Amino acid sequence: MLDFPRWKQLWLWSITLLACLAALPSLLSVGGVNLPAGLPSPKINLGLDLAGGSHILLEANPEQVKRQRLETMEEDVRARMRQADPAIRIGDISTKDGTVSFIVADPGQVDAAREQLQTLTSGAQLTGQRDWDLQVLDGNRVVLRPTQAGIDLAISQAMDTATEVVRKRIDALGTREPTIIRQGAQRIVVQVPGLKDPAALKNLLGQTAKLEFKMVDSLALPSDVAQGIAPPGSEIVPLEAAPGSTQPAGAIAVKRLGGIKGDRLTNAQQSFDQQTNEPVVTITFDQQGGAKFAKLTTDNVGKPFAIILDGKVLSSPVINEPIIGGTARISGSFTIESANQLAIALRSGALPVDLKVVEERSVGPDLGADSIAKGMIAFGVGTVALMLFMLVTYGRFGFYTNAALILNTLMILGIMAIMNTTLTLPGIAGFVLTIGAAVDANVLINERIREERTRGRRVVNAVEMGYTEASRAIFDANITNVIAATLMFVFGSGPVRGFAVVLMIGIATSVFTAVTLTRMWVAGWLRRARPSELVL
Amino acid sequence: MKLLKLVPDNTNIRFLRWRLPFYIMSAILIAASWGMVLTKGLNLGVDFVGGQMIRVTFQNTAAAPVAELRETVGRLGYGEPIIQQFGKPNEVSIRMKLPEGSAQNADLADQMARKITAAIKVDHADARIDGVDSVSGKVSGELFKTGMQALLAAMAAISIYIWVRFEWQFGVGAMFSLIHDVSLTLGMFAITQMEFDLNIVAALLTLIGYSLNDTIVVYDRIRENMKKFRRMPMPELLDLSVNETLSRTLVTSLSVLITLVSLLLFGPNVIFGFTAAITLGIFVGTYSSVYMAAPILIWLKVNPTSFVPTETDLERQERLTREGA
Repeated sequence: MLDFPRWKQLWLWSITLLACLAALPSLLSVGGVNLPAGLPSPKINLGLDLAGGSHILLEANPEQVKRQRLETMEEDVRARMRQADPAIRIGDISTKDGTVSFIVADPGQVDAAREQLQTLTSGAQLTGQRDWDLQVLDGNRVVLRPTQAGIDLAISQAMDTATEVVRKRIDALGTREPTIIRQGAQRIVVQVPGLKDPAALKNLLGQTAKLEFKMVDSLALPSDVAQGIAPPGSEIVPLEAAPGSTQPAGAIAVKRLGGIKGDRLTNAQQSFDQQTNEPVVTITFDQQGGAKFAKLTTDNVGKPFAIILDGKVLSSPVINEPIIGGTARISGSFTIESANQLAIALRSGALPVDLKVVEERSVGPDLGADSIAKGMIAFGVGTVALMLFMLVTYGRFGFYTNAALILNTLMILGIMAIMNTTLTLPGIAGFVLTIGAAVDANVLINERIREERTRGRRVVNAVEMGYTEASRAIFDANITNVIAATLMFVFGSGPVRGFAVVLMIGIATSVFTAVTLTRMWVAGWLRRARPSELVL
Repeated sequence: MKLLKLVPDNTNIRFLRWRLPFYIMSAILIAASWGMVLTKGLNLGVDFVGGQMIRVTFQNTAAAPVAELRETVGRLGYGEPIIQQFGKPNEVSIRMKLPEGSAQNADLADQMARKITAAIKVDHADARIDGVDSVSGKVSGELFKTGMQALLAAMAAISIYIWVRFEWQFGVGAMFSLIHDVSLTLGMFAITQMEFDLNIVAALLTLIGYSLNDTIVVYDRIRENMKKFRRMPMPELLDLSVNETLSRTLVTSLSVLITLVSLLLFGPNVIFGFTAAITLGIFVGTYSSVYMAAPILIWLKVNPTSFVPTETDLERQERLTREGA
């Protein structure tokens, strides 16, 4: 136990020094000194509760993804059946009860229809999982039911895209170092340090930015529209309310099919209408989108069409002439700010699913600075008091304990910096607490050595017994702490996780410094001094 | 040099003689704690019930004008605020229910926060808004559930670990002392009506880990002594083990307390409740490792034969010489 060959000593010292060295940049930066660029300088990040900033938890609605998937399937089915050779006539297509169902007019063509749907229903995955189950009822009614695997995949893909879109939008705001992480199946965590006004960010994230162009159904009776009754093949879409007004702005009927989506954009900019001088958003389609838009406007000159954003009609201008240049202007009741936001949202792409803010926490910057200062004072006072206590209780062994304590502190900081962990407010408490608990192991060892001496063991023997016998309890005690910290990490969120990480790092380093390092020092002293009596 | 000894060598305090009265007292304390929790209730923060919390520091005022604030905020028509000082008298948290319809429209919660902070700043130029938390009912429900799950899982996992490392009776003993520690801490939160939030759950988890440290040390010694003194009656053996580890128990508890007290006095106010919870936990944890964890072994009939059934010849010889001597 007390045998430490030279190579082992070197090895232990180099681990210690390396970890301590990693703490240096963080410590220096507190004092306002920065290392010259080029040198590796791992630093401990400050959590939002210390640095100030906003934490926003967004939640998607999976029902929406499911609904959209049904609608896309409906369109795909129509297209496939039309394109089939010979074309398959279908009827009574509907997307009710979470399924797409339709009737094949000629029962003899059911197998051909099944063939056509093959590629649509089998999953894109290589796992052999199907995305849709196909059922034929009453001989000619085809029912497509999404499988759970298919739905999960669709939601997961939608969330991936949504996360990407959120990132683009936040980057467009020019905020520094945002953290955007998917959480669970349908949530995204956004953390932006140092953000002054979270409202603008939330507005931007809350906007789905799904742009659609649909033809206005001018045959619909205004009285029907007012009651929400749509003519066959049309749907009722509410008008976007003017800013500031709380009155519902009415609604218009638009044709369900034949419109185009505004997702094929290469650019979107806020600009001004040359005649009215009102803020507008100018969009530029990509080639394919531009062609579709040109066709829509060419086919419908003289008719009104609706510009629909997130299910609300922004405006419904009449198409005066075909728009073939690939750029279009979206007018609506915009302010410069809201037009700019829409431009950012359109540039970054539409969110595949609506996101709702379900949790928001923002912390002012002063509180954090305050907390760090107070945390450091508490740490300083606590450590000095603790070291004095150890010194008067255990003398020389208390000195070793204290040396281990100092190295332990540095090593925790160093490892936190290397692992790029985040220090949170509870983390500071965890840090101070770890210091108090780190001496546990030394107390256990020292008390045991005392005990073995009173029982009459010789010095070297007593020290050896002290370390061996105490190790068992030290091990068990630390395992229970690790269990608690792990569960805290698994179940906890944000700051609490930061606390759990500090605890775990502290447990690991304290066993290293309190047991291994002090043993090395005590062994060295015993070899050199060969004491026949211990002051303990 | 004369070193400090908190506990003289070779103490022989007969702790376990008083085990029955202490058990009755512990049972009463646990029952009383739960009684408080159930009747008075915990002062749950927005983390667990949803709503909005605004933290304000009054920089140039000794004590926050709570009554005045209550009126100012109440006048805005969002309902009665819960206003509470925490840590220092000049820091308050203002808690509100989220306005109707904010589940659909998050803007409403923003508007409320803006109106409240603006109203406070009109009256108090020195008010510093330290933070705004808005938590929807859905998220708070989940946070509460996962928090409780974490607590129960930690208690179960640690008890199982003790069971595996020692014997089932020790696992049960550990579980009872954990229930004791957590119950009393919850009781304190019910009595003081300090805010109970996510951080407090983290504190309880920490407490579970640390309060068991003492218990493990005592158990470890009991196991060791059971191997050494096979014929010693259990109460005596337990007393011996507790006495032998007494100095250690006190010194470690004291050293953790030193740092905790320094956190309470000088540390960040925001985590005052967090530190208070752990501090109390260290006290009750030290007590419970002596009076909950150990005596329960007598009732569960632990005896040396239930432990370490195999003894090698060498060990037997060693034991005989030891017992002979």
